[in-house]
Amino acid sequence: MENHQTSLPMKVLVAVLFLFLLAPVLLVFPISFSGEQILSFPPESWSFRWYAALVNNSEMMSAFTTSLGLALVVTVLSLAIGIPAAYAIVRLKVAGSQIWYNLFTAPLLLPTIVLGLAILIIFASTGLLGTFTGLVIGHLVVTLPYALRVLAVSLGNLELACEEAASSLGAKPLTVVRRVTLPMMAPGIVATAVLAFLVSFDEVVITMFLAGPRLTTLPVALFHHVESQADPLVASVSVLLVLLTLAIVLIIDRTLGLTRTFVK
Amino acid sequence: MTASTVTSFPEPGNRRGTGNVAVALLLPIALVNAVGFIWPILNLAGLSVREALPGGGISENFTAVNWAGLLGDSFYIDLIVNSLVVSLTITLLTLLVSYPIALYLHRATGAWKSFLTVLVISPLLTSAVVRTYGWIALLSDTGPVVKAMTALGIPVPRLMFNTTGVVIGLTEILMPYMILALMAGFGRLDPRVEEAASTLGARPFAVFRRVVLPLTAPGIALGCLLCFVLAVSSFITPKLMGGGRVFLLATEIYDQAIVTLNWPLAATLSVLVLVIFGAALVLYSRAMRLLEQV
Repeated sequence: MENHQTSLPMKVLVAVLFLFLLAPVLLVFPISFSGEQILSFPPESWSFRWYAALVNNSEMMSAFTTSLGLALVVTVLSLAIGIPAAYAIVRLKVAGSQIWYNLFTAPLLLPTIVLGLAILIIFASTGLLGTFTGLVIGHLVVTLPYALRVLAVSLGNLELACEEAASSLGAKPLTVVRRVTLPMMAPGIVATAVLAFLVSFDEVVITMFLAGPRLTTLPVALFHHVESQADPLVASVSVLLVLLTLAIVLIIDRTLGLTRTFVK
Repeated sequence: MTASTVTSFPEPGNRRGTGNVAVALLLPIALVNAVGFIWPILNLAGLSVREALPGGGISENFTAVNWAGLLGDSFYIDLIVNSLVVSLTITLLTLLVSYPIALYLHRATGAWKSFLTVLVISPLLTSAVVRTYGWIALLSDTGPVVKAMTALGIPVPRLMFNTTGVVIGLTEILMPYMILALMAGFGRLDPRVEEAASTLGARPFAVFRRVVLPLTAPGIALGCLLCFVLAVSSFITPKLMGGGRVFLLATEIYDQAIVTLNWPLAATLSVLVLVIFGAALVLYSRAMRLLEQV
């Protein structure tokens, strides 16, 4: 379609708007190398002091460890709970499967501020507040709907022929699931794992309600830090967060292809 | 999930036992849903009709005091009106800055389109805290915007710790959602139709107003619904960029829940947010019906 040429003013406008969209994230990189005591841009001097400060900040480091562990546990559980659920809804077509599907993905329709408050009030009376288990459940409430959606689409797109061939050749149902269905779902499973990990690792609002003074995640620690002092330490943490996300996305792109995984 | 339940999968054509297996497979997700969603939300709705007692207790009896207090207090009326006005402003601005990008992306092709689409999606993968911090860095007194304006001799208005900062930050943060929603609704826009209009003598602006805009209206409606709903319930950016001086529904819910510990009031405000969501959804479906008649 070469018949559509965009005028120069339109191109300039689009470029400016892209700059507006990307400026806040891009700015974080140079600021993390600031040599100043306070946040300023452009800084008067450059250094690695804020990376050193980050490594020596035990609060941030332990929050990072918590976040990583939490995201891993939530990812594994999202798959362990999501795959059977998707199978029951898509393949076994349980009675009212559309209703179940809508119910299990409904938490995504609610704002996290409302969900966080609602869970906080329940957890406060059950002793789950400020515990790792509580955070896992809180995160699962938002990762499972994503997991179910992606897995159901992935399972729904599979041809039944292979599974039917396997079982008519005498494979037992469990063998069919293990040797045919699950391997064919692999791209969907990887996409789910990435999504669950990223959603859990980035979750702030629900976590803020459920975290305790002794147990907090990196985004929440970062939030409270920005609230009290927006110094360049936040920039160095932000760079690590962005790089971690980028690394995960790149790994997926190299192994599966980003477009194939996320764009259906 | 035990081995015995899984091995009882039915053979093709034999549906016996499917029910039990399905129940076993759905049980874990149902449990999380019940404990983390249904029970908390029902409890929250119930709390909004109960009274907070002095000392942090909660009354057993049903009451409308929260709702009466909310709608009879000028602070809360202002808060609600302010939230709606700020959210609508953000939605409109987001539409204005997203529309050209979406239109450009819709017309782009090949690798260039994929690259730009990744650029649009990439901020979504970045924490809202990080992006808000980026805005604080950009707009603070020692940031590039204020420095540049001062150097050029332009009087600098207050850009941070007020509504202006919240609006700027949220507009940018919601842009990817708006762009993706617009692009999803741009399917009907065919360059050949625009071509036909201009061949027949329509000026560029007339082509835009009479052809492009009506064809992209469904995308606009969807994007606006999404952004309005996200703006009303956003918390991170208003809290950080408002500097405690901008009072919106979501920040007030947090303050009532965590600082004041008035859970019934926080629950009432939460239900109010859900009511606003429902109203926005009704308006959206009305708008869509009108658009279909055109």
